Amino acid sequence: MSPLTPAGALNQPKPLTPPSDIEIELRLLMEAIYLKYSYDFRDYTGASQKRRVLYALDQLRLPSVSALQDLVLHDASAFARLLQFLTIPVSEMFRDPSYFLALRQQVIPVLHTYPSVKVWVAGCSTGEEAWSLAILLREEGLLERTQIYATDINPLSLDKARQGIFPMEAVRNYTANYQRAGGRESFSDYYTAAYDAARFDPSLCTNTIFADHSLATDSVFAETHLVSCRNVLIYFNRALQDRALGLFHESLCHRGFLGLGAKESIDFSAYAGRFDDLVRAERIYRKAT
Amino acid sequence: MKTPTPPLRRVDAVVIGTSAGGVDALATLLRDLPLPWHLPLVVVIHLPQRRDSRLADVFRQRLPIPVQEAEDKAPVAGGTLYFAPPSYHLSIERERVFSLSCEPPVLWSRPSIDLLMQSAADAYGPTLAGLLLTGANPDGAEGLRRIQQAGGLTAVQDPAEAEVDTMPRAALALLTPDRILPLRGLHTLLVELNALHAD
Repeated sequence: MSPLTPAGALNQPKPLTPPSDIEIELRLLMEAIYLKYSYDFRDYTGASQKRRVLYALDQLRLPSVSALQDLVLHDASAFARLLQFLTIPVSEMFRDPSYFLALRQQVIPVLHTYPSVKVWVAGCSTGEEAWSLAILLREEGLLERTQIYATDINPLSLDKARQGIFPMEAVRNYTANYQRAGGRESFSDYYTAAYDAARFDPSLCTNTIFADHSLATDSVFAETHLVSCRNVLIYFNRALQDRALGLFHESLCHRGFLGLGAKESIDFSAYAGRFDDLVRAERIYRKAT
Repeated sequence: MKTPTPPLRRVDAVVIGTSAGGVDALATLLRDLPLPWHLPLVVVIHLPQRRDSRLADVFRQRLPIPVQEAEDKAPVAGGTLYFAPPSYHLSIERERVFSLSCEPPVLWSRPSIDLLMQSAADAYGPTLAGLLLTGANPDGAEGLRRIQQAGGLTAVQDPAEAEVDTMPRAALALLTPDRILPLRGLHTLLVELNALHAD
C-alpha cells in the first residue's frame, strides 16, 4: 500500500444524518482554500475545525461561513489571517516531561551509535518542542552531529519558532517541566531574560532547519532517525492520520523511532502492525523490521 | 397548574457534565445500572490538573459495564461509560467517533463540558440526552442549551441537592430543561432511556 493513498478513505465511518447548512459551507470553504491556496484542511476533524472557523467569523466580524469563503477567495491577505485561526498554536517546552525522560533514557543511547543523526519535529508550531529537543540533545552530547528539521504549515508560527523567544511567564512552567524531564543543568543557562521574555541561546538551533511542510500534501524530504509529532494527528481524520504515519514510516531509517502525543496512538491506524511499542505509556514506537 | 412531563423519546447517547462534587455524584447516579446496558455514557468532569487520571480505573471497579478513557477517533460504542482524558477537550464527530483537541481552555476548563455537548448535539441532534450535575463553574450551561436547540433531552440536577449549585443554577438561568431532578431521579431517567433504547 502506498503511504500516499488515504487508506482509511474506504472504511471511513459515514455520518448518520445529512449535513447541516454550516457543515456544507465548511466543506465548500475547505475546498475553496485547497483549490486556491493549496492548503488542505479537507481531512481535518470536523468539530474542532467548526469551532475555529466560527471563532474566526466572530473575530473577523463576518456574518457566515459563505461570506468568509467569498472574502478569502478574493483576498490572499484575508486567507493569511484565517490561517492563524485554522492552526492551533498551543505548545510548551518539555510538555509531558516523562516523554522527554523516556527519549533521554531509551532513544538517545541508540542515536549515539550513529555517526550523524536526523530528527524531524513534524507540526512544530511555534517551536517549543524543537528547542526542547535541542537542549536535550546538547546535554546528551549529540547536538553537534544532529540535524533537526522542524516543519509546520503556518509561516507565522515558523517565524516565531526560528526566533526562540518565549514569554517569561510560560518559562517558569517550562523550568519545572525541564527538571522533571531529567534536565542536568540550570534551565536559566539556556536563555537570556529581557523584560518579560526569554530568548533562548541561538547556538542551540544552529543545526535546525525550520521549514514549511504539509503532512496533508507534501512528501518525505529526508531519511530520519527520530520523528516527533505530538498532538498534531488528533486534528486529522483517520485517512489523513494514515497519510501522515505513512510519511513517517517512509522517512524513518531501519528501526527508527516515532514519538506521538500522550493520548495519540497508532493502534487504530493502517500502520498498527508496522511499528513496535518501545515505551507504550509515552507513545514512543520503533519501526518494525 | 403543573405542566405535564412530556413522554420520553429514544436517544442514542447520553453526555454528562460535572465538576466539584462530581465523583460522588456520578457514583450515586450510576449505582446499580441494570444489565444489559445499551447506551453510551460520555462524561466530562473537571479535575485538578493531573496528567494521569485514575478515574476510569475507579469506576471500572464499581460498575458492571465497560469503563474507558475516550480515545481519539475511536467509535462511540454502546453500553460503555467514557471519561474525557485530563487536559484534552473531548468532542464527538458527526461520524460518531471521538476526537481530542488541545484548543485553549474554555471557562478555565479543559476538558470543557460545553465543547463536548455542542459537538454531541451536532452529531446526534434530537437523539441525545444531556445531564448537568453539581459543579462550581458555569461550564455546561451553553452546551445544554445547544442540545435543547437540536431537539435533544436536557436534565439538570436539582440545585437544592447539588453539593455545589453553581453549575446547575447557571444552566437554569439559561434554559428550562426537560427535567430538574435529584441524582436518584436522574438515575431512574437513565434507566428509562436505556429501556427505550433496547426496544
